[in-house]
Amino acid sequence: MRFTINDKPVEAEFDPRTSLLDLLRDHLGLTGSKKGCNQGACGACTVLVDGERINSCLALAVQYQGRAITTVEGLGQTGSLHPLQQAFVEHDGFQCGYCTPGQLCSAIGMAGEAARGVPSVVTADLGDETVTLSHDELRERMSGNLCRCGAYNGIIDAITETFAADGSQKGDAGARKAA
Amino acid sequence: MTPFQYERAATAPDAVRMASNSASAKYLGGGTNLVDLMRETIETPERLVDVSGLSRTIETRPDGSLLIGAAATNTALASDLTVRRDFPLLARAILAGASGQIRNMATVGGNILQRTRCAYFYDDAARCNKREPGAGCDALDGFNRIHAILGASPACVATHPSDMCVALVALDAVVHLEGANGTRRIPLADLHRLPEGRPDIETVLQPHELITAVEIPALSFARRSTYRKVRDRASYAFALVSVGAALDLSEDGSVRDIRLALGGVAHKPWRALKAEDALRGQPATEANFRAAAEAELTDAAPLRDNAFKVELARRTITAVLSELKGDAA
Ligand SMILES: Cc1cc2nc3c(=O)[nH]c(=O)nc-3n(C[C@H](O)[C@H](O)[C@H](O)COP(=O)(O)OP(=O)(O)OC[C@H]3O[C@@H](n4cnc5c(N)ncnc54)[C@H](O)[C@@H]3O)c2cc1C
Ligand code: FES
Ligand code: FES
Repeated sequence: MRFTINDKPVEAEFDPRTSLLDLLRDHLGLTGSKKGCNQGACGACTVLVDGERINSCLALAVQYQGRAITTVEGLGQTGSLHPLQQAFVEHDGFQCGYCTPGQLCSAIGMAGEAARGVPSVVTADLGDETVTLSHDELRERMSGNLCRCGAYNGIIDAITETFAADGSQKGDAGARKAA
Repeated sequence: MTPFQYERAATAPDAVRMASNSASAKYLGGGTNLVDLMRETIETPERLVDVSGLSRTIETRPDGSLLIGAAATNTALASDLTVRRDFPLLARAILAGASGQIRNMATVGGNILQRTRCAYFYDDAARCNKREPGAGCDALDGFNRIHAILGASPACVATHPSDMCVALVALDAVVHLEGANGTRRIPLADLHRLPEGRPDIETVLQPHELITAVEIPALSFARRSTYRKVRDRASYAFALVSVGAALDLSEDGSVRDIRLALGGVAHKPWRALKAEDALRGQPATEANFRAAAEAELTDAAPLRDNAFKVELARRTITAVLSELKGDAA
């Protein structure tokens, strides 16, 4: 079966029971994506499929044949980090780092959703086609990624700096931190 | 997980044919519920027919009704501008469920047929009539805080966990089905069963009957509609109680028409017809909203740990209707 993983064509044979997460980690040696709960409840396994974030632990790999998958290994390299990775470093967006690959992929997928105008449950006006990534919007949109170390404030600051281009939001996030 | 064959269907008739070859075959949508249940060996299909590639179009028809392909993702449906504008309770209900990642994977068909989150259903050391007919129910005198207060039976007190279905049942949605004997349509309200003596039989679907689409009839006043979900944490948790409602007010301030449904309280999405009847034609006052909630909940039969849900449902109904009327709540 064929996939494109981190921009490279990949062929693999596996039992249909294999999850996309196990294919990546156990068959292809891409151990960046993490297994926290293996039941959709923590987000550590989040990867991007054709740019959309999913939980790879609940995905059967066979169902994703032919698709373009991006894992944390595809985001940046040592010396040339993705801007979001750099922001995680600068804002202490992690402690143990176990949730980080999922947080990164999730945030990138989330930013794509916001750019396409996907609303969230805290969006006041559902008719509004442009999304403003306020602090509350980010907390809600990132709620599928748990962090046992509780690095949430740093995570939200890093995402705000990278994706919420609007300066007022940066100020807002900063103000909350200071408060 | 027990071994299975995987096949991908290109059309609905294909899917039905592929599934009909194996008694235990299951359709695969996004897999967010089924894969988990297969891993727990609660579901053990020998064949999985992938229907995620079937129709996912969301069509607005000239009469204002919507036709939604069953493979549409939860994200796609909640993002659709017509849904957001004309049926906001549906968009809000979907967005109140699960997480961004899961909504990207989950399909409309799979969401409707997702199974209960009762912990005893998941725990193979516990007795569960839903998992093993006739075994007994450990939730009955167990930790039953999240369980049903309406329509339950001594055989089963589990709830249906879907948020989306609460909105759909309020909107009189109709489910389009395709099976070995052809196609048919049934109201979503009639799709899920109450548990009675057979909680393992959760719907009226025939074996291998496929959901192909969901139809939502036009409802002009659904623009004034919303969904409120009460849960243990602010996001990414199932409902303790949820309320979906649409309200149509006359010039004189009385209730011309109303749609009201509850989640988290029963084995199926619960259409609150008694409350609707109590309110139609009555002044839209908080006292009447509360009285209507009482009317719906007179039959509530709480268990050891979930009596709080009766009061929670009463207050949430009252608050949601007050909000729709325009009073802050
Ligand atoms: C951590 C977590 C949190 C969640 N929180 C919520 C929540 O707060 N609110 C909520 O509502 N839901 C919640 N969910 C459940 C989620 O909404 C469902 O898992 C999802 O909607 C199922 O859709 P799916 O396409 O992935 O279904 P699948 O898992 O693919 O299938 C589910 C069932 O439907 C059947 N099926 C699928 N498509 C069809 C079809 N077209 N015709 C006939 N049968 C079909 C399958 O055979 C299977 O029995 C949560 C799930 C997880 C894992
Ligand atoms: S490992 Fe996939 S969500 Fe936890
Ligand atoms: S940094 Fe440790 S779990 Fe998030």
